[in-house]
Amino acid sequence: MDINIITVFILAIFVGFEIITKVPPTLHTPLMSGSNAISGIAIVGAIISTKIDGDIGTWLGLIAVVFATVNCVGGFMVTDRMLKMFKRK
Amino acid sequence: MDYTNLFYVIAAVLFILGIKRLSSPKTARTGNAIASIGMLIAIVATVSSFGGLDFKLIAIGMIVGSILGATFALRVEMTQMPQMVAIFNGFGGGASALVATAEFFSKYGTSEQSTFLVTTIILSIFIGTLTLTGSFIAFGKLQGFISGQPIVFKGQQALNAIIMMGLIVFAVYTVLGGANQMNAFYVVIVLSALIGITLTIPIGGADMPVVISLLNSYSGIAASATGFVLMNNGLIIAGALVGASGLILTNIMCKGMNRSLTNVIFGAVGLSSNEGSSEAKQISIKSSTTDEAAMILDAADKVIVVPGYGLAVAQAQHAVREVAEQLESMGKKVLYAIHPVAGRMPGHMNVLLAEANIPYELLKDLDEVNPEFEDCDVAIVLGANDVVNPAARHDTASPIFGMPILDVDKSRTVIVNKRTMNPGFAGIQNELFGFENTVMVFGDAKEMLNTLHKDLKEL
Repeated sequence: MDINIITVFILAIFVGFEIITKVPPTLHTPLMSGSNAISGIAIVGAIISTKIDGDIGTWLGLIAVVFATVNCVGGFMVTDRMLKMFKRK
Repeated sequence: MDYTNLFYVIAAVLFILGIKRLSSPKTARTGNAIASIGMLIAIVATVSSFGGLDFKLIAIGMIVGSILGATFALRVEMTQMPQMVAIFNGFGGGASALVATAEFFSKYGTSEQSTFLVTTIILSIFIGTLTLTGSFIAFGKLQGFISGQPIVFKGQQALNAIIMMGLIVFAVYTVLGGANQMNAFYVVIVLSALIGITLTIPIGGADMPVVISLLNSYSGIAASATGFVLMNNGLIIAGALVGASGLILTNIMCKGMNRSLTNVIFGAVGLSSNEGSSEAKQISIKSSTTDEAAMILDAADKVIVVPGYGLAVAQAQHAVREVAEQLESMGKKVLYAIHPVAGRMPGHMNVLLAEANIPYELLKDLDEVNPEFEDCDVAIVLGANDVVNPAARHDTASPIFGMPILDVDKSRTVIVNKRTMNPGFAGIQNELFGFENTVMVFGDAKEMLNTLHKDLKEL
């Protein structure tokens, strides 16, 4: 067990709370779809899994790549589509 | 020096900077672009630094995923945004669970299979799978594939408790590693999928904003757990950010409905039984027409529009903007009051109004707008009900007592547009409709606003 990695996790949560409380309610839907896209970071893990030999692991990795890509691409695109609509007077 | 980790740190920094720019609609769009560049860096760093990857497979997966994701993103209607976020949460959680599963298979029976590794794998699979199945149920409810009514049956809590106990037993067994470790592992996956379903079906359609926010948080935590499995800082940091974001939004939604999270998850609120409440006191209302409403508005200086979900259902966002612009051209000040739970997910109503080209500076949240009602001449309530019910302030017997509301009754006149006198989600009558300063204009929001627009022009 690695204490560094837990340190990183805990500090990241604090940073998360700090920056997200500053997002105004008017942008909460884009925040949600945008952070959703960020949770598509699982794609990094998915890519790594495809190197696992043993066929099952590789196939699971492939499905994971598809899922995570949907998450990233769809998430960022829809967020952009929404944010484009927010206009000033 | 491991350069891959350096790139993950850069990606994480870009995610943080991206979210930071979401603090204002002016900078938000570049923020989203910055975050997506962070993601690209993380992907490129991974692909280029790990040996033995199957590039063909990765390319196929990414192309298929991109086509699917882009199709969803470009075709979705803004009213369907909650469903789409729900299903994306599910994909994110599912991806994390799959990665953890693949890792379990690859390390199974090797010396690398430590207690810490298996524990994090189990956690990642539990949260990820629960997010996947829970999100699909939430999607089904919002899209209307499954009834939005809470699905409850006798012994439901007992069943959940049994599944949870089973999960703990098999999870511990898998971690300790007996002769049947692989079978126990499969049971954990199945039970995790099951608990995602049984926890989500009893939650009513009106409580979905909370559920989606919570599942959003879970999808982040699942990514973090997978980060622990792979000892990957990129996943840990990004997952923690999303986890925190989801938790904050969950909390805001719960506060907006004055409900605890436990009550939302186990309360099965929305069952039609609580209609016809004890004190079914008759209220006498004043029904009126659009020309009268136009005359009231003509005499006003400050008007606050209160949009509820009924407005979005009637597709009346553009109609409301036209009326507001007409009022502004007549020299009146127009604001919009947005309750936290006005839409079907956090901030949903703001997006629906932005889509209709309503400038975002005019959209005021609860705390900002409530003092504004004191000197407001006319409040126009469109398809909103429980969020403007003054009973929430004083009637301790009311199911919505304590819920923060928009103080529309403080304005000189309140014009309420509703389709019928049917009560709102909480199934309770609204005393506001009987107030001395309230006039009701019945009818479809879009038709009513279009007629009102015409009447205002003809004044």
